[in-house]
Amino acid sequence: MKISPLLVLTALLALAFALATGLASRAEGWSARTKSDNVFGMMFGDGRKLFANHFFTMADVYFHSGYYPSVFDKHAEEQKEIISASHGKKETEEDEKNEDFLGKPKDWIDAFGRHFRITQHTHLESHNEREILPWLRLAADLDPQKIETYTVGAFFLREHLGRTQEAEAFLREGLRNNPDSCEILFELGRLYRDGLHDTTRARNVWELGVRKYLLRSPEQQKEDSMILDELAVNLARLEEDAGNYGQAINWFHLAQKVSPNPGALQKQIDDLQKKLDAGIPVVPQKLF
Amino acid sequence: MNKIIAVAGVVIKELYRRKDFYVLFVLTALLTVAAGAVNFFHDEKIVRYVKDICLLLIWVSALVIAIVTTARQIPAEREARTIFPLLAKPVSRAQVIAGKFLGCWLATGVALVVFYFFFAIITGSREQIWPVGMYLQAMWLQWAMLAIVIAMVLLGSIYFAAPSSTSTISFIVVVGILGIGSHLKTIALQQAEPMQFILTVIYFVMPHLEWFDLRDFVVYDQTLVSWMALALATGYAVVWTGFFLFLAWLGFSRKNLTT
Repeated sequence: MKISPLLVLTALLALAFALATGLASRAEGWSARTKSDNVFGMMFGDGRKLFANHFFTMADVYFHSGYYPSVFDKHAEEQKEIISASHGKKETEEDEKNEDFLGKPKDWIDAFGRHFRITQHTHLESHNEREILPWLRLAADLDPQKIETYTVGAFFLREHLGRTQEAEAFLREGLRNNPDSCEILFELGRLYRDGLHDTTRARNVWELGVRKYLLRSPEQQKEDSMILDELAVNLARLEEDAGNYGQAINWFHLAQKVSPNPGALQKQIDDLQKKLDAGIPVVPQKLF
Repeated sequence: MNKIIAVAGVVIKELYRRKDFYVLFVLTALLTVAAGAVNFFHDEKIVRYVKDICLLLIWVSALVIAIVTTARQIPAEREARTIFPLLAKPVSRAQVIAGKFLGCWLATGVALVVFYFFFAIITGSREQIWPVGMYLQAMWLQWAMLAIVIAMVLLGSIYFAAPSSTSTISFIVVVGILGIGSHLKTIALQQAEPMQFILTVIYFVMPHLEWFDLRDFVVYDQTLVSWMALALATGYAVVWTGFFLFLAWLGFSRKNLTT
C-alpha cells in the first residue's frame, strides 16, 4: 500500500499538536527551573547578581555623566553617589575635591589623553536624571533582592522627575520581592509624605518599617542601624508637626540609640520637652 | 599611485561582495531598534542607553570588519597564487602593501559612514538634536584609530601563519589597549620591579588607541574636543600607521612567497 507523503506529514503534525496540548500543562511541573519568576533568573542563575551590580554601577556612571573612577583608580570602591543622593545628602565642595580621582597628569601621555575623556565632575540635572532609569530597571529585573535599586529608582522618579505613580509602583514591586525591607518602607513613607501629602499612610508604613526592623536579628539590627535612625527621626518630625510632642520625644529617644550624633537629637528632645512643660496646647498643625 | 588605487579598488569591491558588512549592519540595526523600543517607566525621552548600545555595536562591528578584512588580504593572495600575476604587472611589493592598506581603510570608512548615519537618524529622531560636529569628530577619530589597527593587522598577516591567528591576536591586542591602555601606568606603579619597569616601557611604546574613543563625549552630550587636540591625535595616528606599514613592507619585501 502506498501512502502519500503529504498524508504522513499531516498525520505527524496532528499528532504533534495533540501531544503538545496534552503535555504542555504537565510539563510546567516537571522542571524546577520553571519556579523562577524571572527569565533572567532562569538564564543566568545567581550570576545575574553580578550583572545587576554592574548595571547599578552604570546608573551611577550616568548620574556623573561619565566622570567615574575605573577599578584601577582610587575612590573606585566608595559608596555610589546615587545612593547618598537618595538619602538626601548634598555634595559639599570638599566632597567634590575628594572625588577628583584623576589628580594631576602622570605624564605627557596622560595629559594629552585627557582631551579625549570626560574630566569634569557634573551630575545629571533638569530632568536628565531619567537617563539612569533603564539601568536601574535592568538591575531590578536581574536581582529583585537588591533593595537599593528600588529605593534609588523611586527617589529619582519622585524627587527629580515628579513621577510619583511610577515611583510607588516600583517600590510596591520591590516590597513584593522583599516583604521585610524597612528601607523600601522608609522610601514609601517619604513618597506618601512628600509626594502625595498623605501623612497618615506615611506614618503607617514607617511604623511598619520600625516593626520590621525590630524583628531582625541583633547582628542585622546593628548592621542596618542607619535605617532605624532615619525611620525614627522622620516619625518624630511627623509627630512634632502634628503637635504630638510626647510621641515625637519617644521617637527621638529611639533614634538616639543608633544615631551617630545623639547630641543633636538631645537638643531637639529638650526643645520639645520645654514645649510640653510650658503646656503649649497641643494643636494639630496643617502640615502642607 | 594609480596602481595603489587599483589594488585598493579590488579590496573595496571585495568588501561589498562579501556578507560581513551587511550581517554586522543588520545586527547592529536590529539590536539598536530593539533596545530603543523598550519602554522604561513610561518615559519616551530616555535616549542615552540607546546611544551607548549603538555606539558599542558600531565599535565592535568596525573592528571586526577592519581586522577580518585586513587579516585575509595577503594570505588569500598567496593561497590563490594571484600574488604572482599581481607582482608581475609590474606592481611593487610596497605598492601592494599600500594598496591593501588603502583599500581596507577606505572600505571601513564607507562602513563607518553608513553606521554613523544610522546612529544619527536613530538618536536624532528620539532626542530631536543633531550634534553633527560631535558625530564627525567621533567618526573621524575612530577612522584614524582603524588606520593604525589596519596597518598593525597587515603587519601581523605577513608574519603569522594564518588569518585566524592574525585576527585573534589583533583582537586581543586592540581590546587590551582600549581597555587598560590609559591605566597601564597606574597598574605599573603598583607592581614590584622588574614588572614595574616592563609595564612602564610598554605604556610608553604602545599606540594609545584609547585616545580615539569619543563614545563618552557623544553619549553624555559633551562639548567638542579641541581641534588642535584632534589634529595632534590625527598626526599621532599617521605616525603609528606609517611605522606599522614600513615594518609590513620590510617583512613583505623579504618574504619568500613560494613557500
